[in-house]
Amino acid sequence: MAKRDRLSGNEAVAIALRQINPDVFPAFPITPSTEIPQYFASFVANGQVDTEFIPVESEHSSMSAAIGASAAGARSLTATSSCGLAYMWEELYIAASNRLPLALALVNRALSGPININCDHSDSMGARDSGWIQMYAENNQEAYDNMVQAYRISEHKDVRLPIMICQDGFITSHAVENIELLEDREVKKFVGEYCPENYLLNPECPMAVGPYSITDYYMEAKRNQAEGMKHVSQVVLDVAKEFSSISGRSYGLFEEYRMEDAERAVVMIGSAAGTTKDAIDRLREKGEKVGLIKIRLYRPFPASEIAEALRNVKAVAVMDRAEGYTNQGGPLGADVMSALYRARGNALAVNYIYGLGGRDVRVEDMEGVFEALKQIMEEGDAGETYRYLGLRE
Amino acid sequence: MAMDVTKLGVKAKWKELTEGMIIAGAGTSKAFNTGEWSTDKPEFIEDKCKQCLLCVPVCPDSCIPVIDMKRGAFDYDHCKGCGICVKACPFGAITMEGVR
Amino acid sequence: MSNLTEIRWHGRGGQGAKTAALLLADVAFQTGKYVQGFPEYGPERMGAPITAYNRISDTVIRTHSNIYDPEYVVVVDESLLEAADVTAGLRKEGAILINTSRRKEEILPHLKGYEGRVYTIDAHKVSMEAMGKYFPNTPLLAAIVKVTGLMDEETFLREMKASFSHKFASKPEVIEGNMAALEMAFKEVQ
Repeated sequence: MAKRDRLSGNEAVAIALRQINPDVFPAFPITPSTEIPQYFASFVANGQVDTEFIPVESEHSSMSAAIGASAAGARSLTATSSCGLAYMWEELYIAASNRLPLALALVNRALSGPININCDHSDSMGARDSGWIQMYAENNQEAYDNMVQAYRISEHKDVRLPIMICQDGFITSHAVENIELLEDREVKKFVGEYCPENYLLNPECPMAVGPYSITDYYMEAKRNQAEGMKHVSQVVLDVAKEFSSISGRSYGLFEEYRMEDAERAVVMIGSAAGTTKDAIDRLREKGEKVGLIKIRLYRPFPASEIAEALRNVKAVAVMDRAEGYTNQGGPLGADVMSALYRARGNALAVNYIYGLGGRDVRVEDMEGVFEALKQIMEEGDAGETYRYLGLRE
Repeated sequence: MAMDVTKLGVKAKWKELTEGMIIAGAGTSKAFNTGEWSTDKPEFIEDKCKQCLLCVPVCPDSCIPVIDMKRGAFDYDHCKGCGICVKACPFGAITMEGVR
Repeated sequence: MSNLTEIRWHGRGGQGAKTAALLLADVAFQTGKYVQGFPEYGPERMGAPITAYNRISDTVIRTHSNIYDPEYVVVVDESLLEAADVTAGLRKEGAILINTSRRKEEILPHLKGYEGRVYTIDAHKVSMEAMGKYFPNTPLLAAIVKVTGLMDEETFLREMKASFSHKFASKPEVIEGNMAALEMAFKEVQ
């Protein structure tokens, strides 16, 4: 039985974590993710969870402790943002390469500099090649739902990889919006017990974690790791299907919004997708065939599925909330364009950098993007493919 | 999947490695003959040995077995020739080239 | 989305503009609405001008941008009439609510020719009389509910009482003072 509520994205994720009741939560605060461990600490103090909550001295330590706990056989996680994630860099790769299932509640915030506390995706985009599964949310509901599904994906025997559940700093993390929560027992049952096959605290079978791999083994080890990633998409879909049966909310690898006959499309990640939907509805009322692909699963990247979804689209704008400094655009742009190339797609594609450091994105901005796509379609030429949106020029 | 250490070697294919390269199970180092990493080895002169067993605990590779309260022959499959046992022996019962 | 109400709050850090926006979202949610309440963060320090926003609607709210052409504006600190462009984009069929002890006529020259309705309330007086402390956001919350007509007074007071009773279960005197401030503000807004 769903429970209607109104919560900020941070509260929503904290409540999902209370319902999951993980074993170990090491935490170090950083804006705008601080509220997650803050709310969670009150659940610990109130005895609503029996999680071992460890205040540590840095993000390097919080991720190290989460990794250690996971290796020991515990269900663990931490939360962070921006420079906190950057400070975990070394550990991110260790968690993934050791095939340790654990979660990171990431609240996206721009990386310095200039120093800035607001939303963009430069923090998590930099971690896109670390071997973590990455999932993004449009709003508090999706952040909550993704968190509830996280461990089922991460701990799946075919996957066993850490998972990053991302939401937009302040825009969703600090905005109170309507939400439907699941009952505690429903979440508990859905998430289930964590029963690792091997773990450090198993006296029956001692284990070594993270052995040195010389050149003779390193490449085989990395290929072996990639195999886990190959199973993620199917597991994400299976878990989503089961989640739908308890929540009534459907999820895929990405969401297609009014794409059925779309000639022009936007591909994007995060909270601005909601704004884009309102822009699309306005334009659809005028008879314009426009649509949206909102990425939910970014790592691994559902390239062929996205290329298929864009098959009949004539012009597409890929929106990056992070710079790539390739002189070509951002990371999502590169991923989508290479997907189109491999699928021999015909869509004319451009890549926009937008929303850096919390720069606001309005419905009118997105209408402007669709207008630019119209021109591209009419001229049959994408023109400059590396563009900025909402920049003072 | 648990590691079958006998398969681990430079010919192991990527599918034969464990997930995350974890090694589940104790004592797997026995399966690796790391003794070949060095050519200099200590030599045991049994006549001089008083069975004080001082050499046993100092060996970093546990290469000095104790059987029936008596020290046995060196396990050269795992001895890396560090020479610590030579230094530990008060009776000159262990010798090694270059170690005094 | 014709039923959408958009409100912008102008305050200074520490005055509770964000809290007021969240409380308004809260009480509107209790009456079955879809809501958004969110702050725009600049430098996080006491006294710095801050903005907070509300969207309240009968249908799902998806837009995640700030509000540029609000129907209503609430000015929590009247010094912001000079420091911020409080009437920017404000729709003339809407209204502005200002916390001030001054008469409306004295305020009008600071509103850059705004043609819509102008309301004032002396939140300082209300707050001090009802609670003995200066929390401008409580009276302003009641005042904006009255100005917008989002819900009737009875519903509003009932929902707020329920909300306060939940939040301050161990401090009944806080509930009493806040409720008195809300009731008084409903009468005082002009």
